[in-house]
Amino acid sequence: MQQYEITYKETGDKFYCKEDESLLACMRRNNNGPVQIGCFGGGCGRCKVQILEGEYHKFKKMSRAHISEEDEKQGIVLACCIKPRGSITVTTAPN
Amino acid sequence: MALNKTLRPGLIQVRVLNMEESLNFYVNVLGLNEVGRTSDGRVMLKGYDEFDHHSVVLREADEAGFEYVAFKVDSPETLVNFKTATEAFGYPVDEVPANSDQPGFGKRYGFKLCTGHRIELYAEVELADQRPMVLNPDPWVEMPRGMRAQRFDHVLLYGPNIAEAERYFTEVLGMYAPEICNTPDGKRFATWLTSGNKAHDVALVEYDKPGKMHHFAFLLQDWNEIGNAADVMAKNGVKRDVGPTRHAITRGQTIYMWEPSGNRIETYCGGYTAYPDNPVRVWDVDEIGKGLFYYEGELIPSFLQIVT
Ligand code: FES
Ligand SMILES: [Fe+2]
Repeated sequence: MQQYEITYKETGDKFYCKEDESLLACMRRNNNGPVQIGCFGGGCGRCKVQILEGEYHKFKKMSRAHISEEDEKQGIVLACCIKPRGSITVTTAPN
Repeated sequence: MALNKTLRPGLIQVRVLNMEESLNFYVNVLGLNEVGRTSDGRVMLKGYDEFDHHSVVLREADEAGFEYVAFKVDSPETLVNFKTATEAFGYPVDEVPANSDQPGFGKRYGFKLCTGHRIELYAEVELADQRPMVLNPDPWVEMPRGMRAQRFDHVLLYGPNIAEAERYFTEVLGMYAPEICNTPDGKRFATWLTSGNKAHDVALVEYDKPGKMHHFAFLLQDWNEIGNAADVMAKNGVKRDVGPTRHAITRGQTIYMWEPSGNRIETYCGGYTAYPDNPVRVWDVDEIGKGLFYYEGELIPSFLQIVT
């Protein structure tokens, strides 16, 4: 199975995300990355992160209460709603 | 079980991000029955053991969360009296005509509570087509599905100034608080309110942002059914939040989980029998971990903070 390399900007740690796994599920499995776990449904906003580099696919709707259209343009996403499609670099979302 | 003129929370409308995914959860996993759809695409649901037309409405939107909860009162006279008393309390009231956006429901009066939540009151609602038997009744008509949720039970709301909201529910709707939680300086941190013998119909937690929902809950028969719900949850890959466990507060037994749009759902059973003449049970806020999760004995960190 295809795996994608995830780099956590703050620590420089690298870990791998499975093709069919959300970024949040991957961060939890690896116990790494800016992990904050909530509903896994795109509703609570707990898992907000920023993708600095790399391709990803939004497979689930993200609540507009937490992610504006402007946020999305800057790669600010809910980690439970995206799947990497290449190597990505992720950081804690700005507040 | 109501002892007062307010009967129960009988209707809740919530937003979901994805109707198809969430509806599959509510119908096939939780076990509610679909009653029908409104012309604007909302879906009406009810528990198999509920008589009234419907109790849960899902609306697809771009964020999850609470829209309103409506309390059924015992008569049209009470409804008018409560409207007047609500206005006298200081909340402007609007009127939603009968059989409009909630098919089967009579006239509703709505207002915004100080916590930022829309609350509605109604006295009349048609009976559902699918409803419990009344003549030599079996426990159910069609075999219940999934977690076998019997009915909508209660909701926990987050918002500012819950002390005032508690006063509204007690002074205007005639409800009472069997259990409360205070901060060290004696301010209300949380309150559990009921209109009857259930330990709670609505609960409130003090929070700076208005209009938030922590969870809404469905009644299961007993602790065995909580076990069944846990099996159904695991089999269907539903994201668990907390449990199965017991609350010391209300003494109910419970599982919290996330429906696919990120609203927190509770499957709840048991709880003590509340009476308005019993002394109020009081929790200090630093003991609330044990109050919420009796077996764990401590707070599960994200539990109080995550809301929709
Ligand atoms: S965990 Fe709730 S939005 Fe991702
Ligand atoms: Fe609850």
